[in-house]
Amino acid sequence: MTIKEIQDEIVDEFSMFDDWMQRYEYIIELGKSLPLIDEQYKTEDNIIKGCQSKVWVHGEQNDDKVVFTADSDAILTKGIIAILIRTFSNQNPTDILDANTDFIDEIGLKEHLSPTRANGLVSMIKQIKMYALAFSAKN
Amino acid sequence: MLDIQKIRADFPILTQKVNGKQLVYFDNGATSQKPKVVIDAITKYYEEINANIHRGVHTLSQLATDAYEVSRGKIQQHINAKFPYEVIFTSGTTHGINAIANGFASILKEGDEVLVSALEHHSNIVPWQMLCEKTGAKLVVIPMNDEGELIISEFDKLLSDKTKVVTVNHISNALGTLNPIKYIIDKAHEFGAAVLIDGAQAVPHLKPDVQELDCDFYVFSGHKICGPTGVGILYGKEEWLRKLPPYQGGGEMIATVSFEKTTYADLPHKFEAGTPNIAGGIVLGTAIDYLNEIGFENIQAYEHELLEYGTKRLLEIDGLKIFGTAKEKTSVISFNIEGVHPYDIGTIIDKLGIAVRTGHHCAQPIMDFYQIPGTIRASFAFYNTKEEIDIFVEAVKKAKMMLS
Repeated sequence: MTIKEIQDEIVDEFSMFDDWMQRYEYIIELGKSLPLIDEQYKTEDNIIKGCQSKVWVHGEQNDDKVVFTADSDAILTKGIIAILIRTFSNQNPTDILDANTDFIDEIGLKEHLSPTRANGLVSMIKQIKMYALAFSAKN
Repeated sequence: MLDIQKIRADFPILTQKVNGKQLVYFDNGATSQKPKVVIDAITKYYEEINANIHRGVHTLSQLATDAYEVSRGKIQQHINAKFPYEVIFTSGTTHGINAIANGFASILKEGDEVLVSALEHHSNIVPWQMLCEKTGAKLVVIPMNDEGELIISEFDKLLSDKTKVVTVNHISNALGTLNPIKYIIDKAHEFGAAVLIDGAQAVPHLKPDVQELDCDFYVFSGHKICGPTGVGILYGKEEWLRKLPPYQGGGEMIATVSFEKTTYADLPHKFEAGTPNIAGGIVLGTAIDYLNEIGFENIQAYEHELLEYGTKRLLEIDGLKIFGTAKEKTSVISFNIEGVHPYDIGTIIDKLGIAVRTGHHCAQPIMDFYQIPGTIRASFAFYNTKEEIDIFVEAVKKAKMMLS
């Protein structure tokens, strides 16, 4: 699936929820089910220090795709990471660079991607794009 | 006895709805809310007497200058400074600390020591670190114990003839600990060290008497005591303020200027370069009047009740741990729930209308001491209620249920 198709699918899933509590409960579930980043990549180099929660992200090339794994010490942050990884991982670098995160507004989680939120997510998206840029340059 | 409902009616923001819920504002440690008299005084200043101060011969300028100086006098009385010119208007606590730390650059030498406590906010650490880098002096830390109290026997041992400055907060922002500053000041003076007290978290709860304390500097912010943001106070003993060089150069702080030499203005203007926050300075006086009318003894007694009630109610929650259990503390409860990140709790209870602070509270060394990423901090003011604490406790329980 393309990034856009995955994002539409997520928007569709979230449309089933009536209120913020259901949305948050779902994010918490996603956070719990996120495959953890390999311990060897949970390094100082891979850490993004938000003021409030920490995020680790690692990207590697698999044929023409980029595969991301990530983790956070806060579960809500981790749940949103799970959504972002679902859209950006296993895509090719050019598509990742072209994609945006507007769908986050549509699923009512806009405040979590605010640059002033200090949870590390905005920097994480930047980092994902950096990986994509580096791998596309290599290709 | 305080009439809390009457007091609450003074604060327009307290009736706000947040995320569709009635606001419960427990982030008073970060900034206090403002009563209507303060908000009105800001408007009145701009509508009636706005002009630049200490300059014009025209009437408005004189009115504004008088109001500004009247406010300085109120603050002098409030903290019992000996002279009005020992009260310097700043932009806030951080500004005050930087002004003094910067001034000591001309006094400190390599090998001298600056004693800072383990309980400090970053703003009372970093300016001194910068000073030490500049001068070759050493930053020495007064350690804390598990309860979040300073270990005074260690402080005694750290003092020596090398100690030139001791800088400690009156009350810890992250934990609420009330430090034994009188003892610290007297003991430091035995070694000839100057003492700066960061009073940012103390002034909302008590009335400091700088002469009785005998501190050399006492700094605080206006916005934590019902005043506007962007204004604060640096109290300094006259002899120190004369001895230290000015912090910033500019208008107002000079006596004469030529390209060869500038002579500085007398106190307090030497430390008040540029056009100050005039409205802020004037209205800080209004805020202090408002608080004194309620009375700090009443405020303290009531806030202590809130602290005891809040502590008791929160401890009903399984796995909840309070950080900062000093015998002497103010109405701040910093806590975590086992296995749950403070950010997650803060985010969920925000959805329920509750404003608390989460994170390291700009006091990372304290978080490192406890080996935690941060805490949830509820800080109560005299306009909060036990009913609000009940709503808060239920919200924390709900968040805990969702997260575990």
